[in-house]
Amino acid sequence: MLLPAEKSWIIARNKTVENVSLSILQRIRLSILTGKPEERNDQQSQRNVFRSFLLHFRPASVPERTLDFSLSWGQGGMALVLVILLFASGLMLKFSYEPSPARAYASIIHLVNQVRFGQLLRNLHHWSANGLLLVVFLHCLRVFYTGAFTGPRQLNWSIGLVLFAAVLLSNFTGYLLPWDQRAYWAITISTSMLDYLPAVGTGLREWILGGSEPGPGTLVNFYAIHTAILPALLLFFVPWHFWRIRKANGLVIPRRSENEPMTAGEMVDSMPHLIIREAAVALLVLAAVLLISMFFNAPLDAQANPGLSPNPTKAPWYFMGVQELLIHFHPLFAVLVIPGLLVLGLLLIPYFNYEANTAGVWFCSARGRKMALAAAILASVATPAAVWFDAYATAFWRAGPAGLVSNGLLPFTVLLAVCAGFYWLVKQTFRANNNEAIQAMFTLIVTSFVVLTMIGVWFRGAGMQLGWAA
Amino acid sequence: MGKETHSRRSFLNRLWLVLGGLAFAEITAGVFGFFRSSSQEKPAANGDNIITAGPVEKFEPGTVSAFVAGKFYLARLEDGGFLAMSRRCTHLSCTVPWVAAENKFICPCHASEFDIRGEVTSPPAPRALDLYQVEIHQNVLTVNTGKPTKRSAFASDQVTYPKAT
Repeated sequence: MLLPAEKSWIIARNKTVENVSLSILQRIRLSILTGKPEERNDQQSQRNVFRSFLLHFRPASVPERTLDFSLSWGQGGMALVLVILLFASGLMLKFSYEPSPARAYASIIHLVNQVRFGQLLRNLHHWSANGLLLVVFLHCLRVFYTGAFTGPRQLNWSIGLVLFAAVLLSNFTGYLLPWDQRAYWAITISTSMLDYLPAVGTGLREWILGGSEPGPGTLVNFYAIHTAILPALLLFFVPWHFWRIRKANGLVIPRRSENEPMTAGEMVDSMPHLIIREAAVALLVLAAVLLISMFFNAPLDAQANPGLSPNPTKAPWYFMGVQELLIHFHPLFAVLVIPGLLVLGLLLIPYFNYEANTAGVWFCSARGRKMALAAAILASVATPAAVWFDAYATAFWRAGPAGLVSNGLLPFTVLLAVCAGFYWLVKQTFRANNNEAIQAMFTLIVTSFVVLTMIGVWFRGAGMQLGWAA
Repeated sequence: MGKETHSRRSFLNRLWLVLGGLAFAEITAGVFGFFRSSSQEKPAANGDNIITAGPVEKFEPGTVSAFVAGKFYLARLEDGGFLAMSRRCTHLSCTVPWVAAENKFICPCHASEFDIRGEVTSPPAPRALDLYQVEIHQNVLTVNTGKPTKRSAFASDQVTYPKAT
């Protein structure tokens, strides 16, 4: 049975074939569809147009086993949805924001109070940005703990780290734009950190600030970085990240142990099996971000006041780990040595010489899982203990200015010794292979950093003293 | 054919490479030049910025006075000497408030503490608060906030004393 509309289209098609004149709307519609004129009205062929369009982005078929939600948790897709949402909401915000110290704060007040849906738009951008940071962090953990950084995926781990850095910097540069108290003091502190980089530090700081103190030049610089440089970087690296997944024949094949063969198994069509799952995740993320944005407003402090640092002045939550390091270490170590070594370690993860191929096996093995858990527990106990020890027990010999040795080299050496001792213990006592040992080290460091972040968020009150933060 | 053509081709190829490299260097230099000059502030002609703080008697020994517009603190030590100090924390540039109740400067950002002389009493600050030059003419104090002096610790020659009357 043909519907009346379809009937009229078949007549229209025959008219084209017979070269009889059509209405202008019919001509336009036929011009959009490709293929032979007599086939353009076929519903199946129209669906094919959509499908072949989709194939620009997704593979024709995927291994059925990689569709399991518990393999990927849909985190890559979530991140992409949030990036798209951030581009869209950010483009709209560009129409109301004015990047100058005199106008920035007022333009945001205007946006949230006078512009229709202005507050919602700002909330959407804020919560998408924070959500993205959380999602890419979890995504990074998932990729690490399923060993999906080996084999053909080595470079994609590095691309992912670049993306992580871009997301972090996007969040931070965006944090500065409202020119409120949080923004002003975050700029001041973060750019002052550059002073401790040897040789280039002070020049770099004054270049980024556009002067010796935060001012008009600073805001223009951060605005350009936030709305042009970093989005351009994302536009280049995000497609590359996805393309490398295609080149690696999709996601890592999940396995129960390293002895299980790494075969793809049964393949299923992406349409509908993959697409429908991705659409579901995308819609869920959209709904969640919208709901959160309806009920929770993005924070905005008082306008920037260079004469008054709020008490306590805290970094954005994702930098509270670094803030905690700054309280305990000489800045050279908190800013350069420790973060530098961590980044180097992260970059090298795919390029170590591993004893076993555990790609696709969660936590390498049952033993690996136990050791990772032990590392996490150790870090959750030892980190608060170290923070407490440094805050109270060492006060008697630490009075006076922070020294490179007493507040830098000495505690750092202790830290290194603990890490080395832990690695040795894991290798010797538990007879771990290096996959499991490196995984345990990674767990130890990541958990410590998460704990430091939690201490900064919840347990630093007025004067940055330890206690429950109101 | 042969050698001559080949060497000419390789010469031209190399020439392209050199010209391309030259163009790239020019553009890089241009970009750097752009960013350097767009970011540089014009410094004051002689770098001096003299602020009159007031007569000596205005300041009690053992007190700290904040000069908000001048962005500095004037401390009068117990022995009557004066120190003018920057309000910027030497750790990461937060503005350090004077907490009179505890008789010290406490940084709200990373909990560094300084005594009335600007000396660090609790890390993470790596050095004492920066100094400004104080001069006393006819019993009136002036502070030059144009040139901060970095110091690692307090020393008695940093203090300016009023002439005995």
